[in-house]
Amino acid sequence: MLKIKNLKVKIEDKEILKGIDLEIMQGEVLALMGPNGSGKSSLANAVIGNPKYEVIEGEIIIEGKNILEMKPEERAKLGIMMSFQYPLAIPGVTVREMLLTAMRGRGLTVSALDLKNQIALEGEKLHIDAMLLNRSLNEGFSGGEKKKFEILQMRILKPKLLILDEVDSGLDIDALALIATNVSEMVREIGMSVLVITHYQRLLKYLEPDRVVILKEGLVVDSGGKEIVDKLEKEGYKSYG
Amino acid sequence: MDKAYPLGHTDVVEYSFTSDKGLNEDLVRKISSMKDEPEWMLDIRLKALKKYREMTMPTWGGDLSPIDFEDIHYYVRPKTQDAKTWEDVPEAIKNTFEKIGVPEAEREMLAGVKGQYDSEVVYGSLKKALSEKGVIFLSMDEGLKLYPEIVKEHFGKVIPMGDNKLAALNTAVWSGGSFVYVPNNVDVGLPLQAYFRINTENAGQFERTLIIAEEGSKMHYIEGCSAPSFSSASLHAAVVEIYVKKKAKVQYSTVQNWYKNVYNLVTKRARVEEDAEMRWVDGNLGSKLTMKYPSCILVGRRAHGEVLSIAWAGGGQHQDTGAKMIHLAPETTSQIISKSISKNGGRATYRGMIHMVPGAWGSRSKVVCDALILDEKSRSDTYPVNKIQENDVVLEHEATVSRVSEEQLLYLQSRGITAEEASAMIVNGFMEPVVKEIPMEYAIEMNRLVELEMEGSVG
Repeated sequence: MLKIKNLKVKIEDKEILKGIDLEIMQGEVLALMGPNGSGKSSLANAVIGNPKYEVIEGEIIIEGKNILEMKPEERAKLGIMMSFQYPLAIPGVTVREMLLTAMRGRGLTVSALDLKNQIALEGEKLHIDAMLLNRSLNEGFSGGEKKKFEILQMRILKPKLLILDEVDSGLDIDALALIATNVSEMVREIGMSVLVITHYQRLLKYLEPDRVVILKEGLVVDSGGKEIVDKLEKEGYKSYG
Repeated sequence: MDKAYPLGHTDVVEYSFTSDKGLNEDLVRKISSMKDEPEWMLDIRLKALKKYREMTMPTWGGDLSPIDFEDIHYYVRPKTQDAKTWEDVPEAIKNTFEKIGVPEAEREMLAGVKGQYDSEVVYGSLKKALSEKGVIFLSMDEGLKLYPEIVKEHFGKVIPMGDNKLAALNTAVWSGGSFVYVPNNVDVGLPLQAYFRINTENAGQFERTLIIAEEGSKMHYIEGCSAPSFSSASLHAAVVEIYVKKKAKVQYSTVQNWYKNVYNLVTKRARVEEDAEMRWVDGNLGSKLTMKYPSCILVGRRAHGEVLSIAWAGGGQHQDTGAKMIHLAPETTSQIISKSISKNGGRATYRGMIHMVPGAWGSRSKVVCDALILDEKSRSDTYPVNKIQENDVVLEHEATVSRVSEEQLLYLQSRGITAEEASAMIVNGFMEPVVKEIPMEYAIEMNRLVELEMEGSVG
């Protein structure tokens, strides 16, 4: 589904990713772990097309297409979506207005009323206070509410590849479990692929990865099955010296 | 690129009478006699002319030096039947109307094809309903003819001729504008719209509007329109005076989108009595320079004043706008929400004043000024003045300056929204608290205009 080849990325003249190779299959949950500053978020940002992250070498291929020249919105239309670590507030714009524009931008015919009902339904499942749906997106929301709204957007936009960037920061266990359940459902229902970025193990108890990749100083230093998570739990990242 | 004005100047309109350029006593006499005015109005005009000559131009605001006051026709009476037809209107203008969704019935008037559209047919029933309630809604010229006592009692009392040089000029040469009278306890219901007015002249350079809302009455007046307005005149100096009597409620909404050669220098003020409410909603999109600070004089206990304004300053534009709240009585309250957007080298200035006199105890005022600056070339300034002469009052002031952040854009783009749509969405979201206070059709047009302005603006 997603294939990354020899990816080198710099930000403000500092090389962060130094040649990453990575592949995610359809319907696969891949955990990307590593200490702070290892390049996990940089990888995610390079995939969604954040212009601050300059790709100096390599390829990012989605379903056979090299997407490096594409704008972020074009990549989104191909089915990439990131749940942001720090979702931005958009004053004066409700989640409904935003999603309606996003859906219509995909060339879909959506009635505002149908979308409204659909959002209300999904919001309920995520235990989102209905009043928040009428408010400006993410403005004054708690950390947990913001993350739930990211998942709400996923529910509506139904991406083919979801990137969860540190979704567990600032979440209590209940919210974390709820989010993990929603994501797992989407994997089952539509075969969504998931790239889970985290440096804690606890999220992975709820959202079981098929594979785990460890990043350190901009390079893949290990990969394998769930057993890597257990190894990390015991030894930390030191073993990757 | 300023795409809301891809249109160039409109064609020359034929006029039935055009004064010589420049201003003198003979001209003022001529205006008054052509309108067949009572002697007292001529006196007021002549006194105002004298005031105008004595006073100096304000220098604290925008740059007025390019205006050549000798190069202006102070009185122009357009022909009632214009020679132009819809076919003569340039395609570009028609397209703009199409894009922002101006109703068919209004397009011809906006394009200058007609000074007014067939209001008798469209609004005849509205007119009848109004007159049954005793509501008077006329042009100021007609109002003066038919109700001279009411005009005499109220004209120039809220805004005296010597208030400022441009108010003096307006008082000397005024023409057109609206006269509205709402009797006790009448709720007008539907908003009164300036261009529904019957037998009006074209929106004049020196419009004069007088609104009297008697005790317990309620009305909403709307002027202007969000579609681009074309004017051959480069100076517009209007005066609007409003009386909001006990327990009355008045909203006055303006959407101004003059062509970008226009100096729009307007004095607007309301006198608000006990338990009455006045609300100005003011959207300034067009003009080269606008100087406008709608004011409320809160004279009665518990009177309430509000100004909600949006200013859009694009390339070559200076929007120097704001509000004044004068608290003269106890427990009076006021609120000012001012939002400005500057883009492509435009300049937005907020200038406001809160004055609370001794004895205005228990009064409260809240001022919120938010500026959105869309690029490095553009500018925003805030000049608040607070004159508080009473201890037992509350005054809150919040001011923010923000930019559309790249992070916000990326966030929306990452959902599949183009950078242009995302910018327009952020700008519309910024304006939303004010736009939601104007009628839906204006709000939709304003949002569409923002989208047009943002097209091609994001690299």
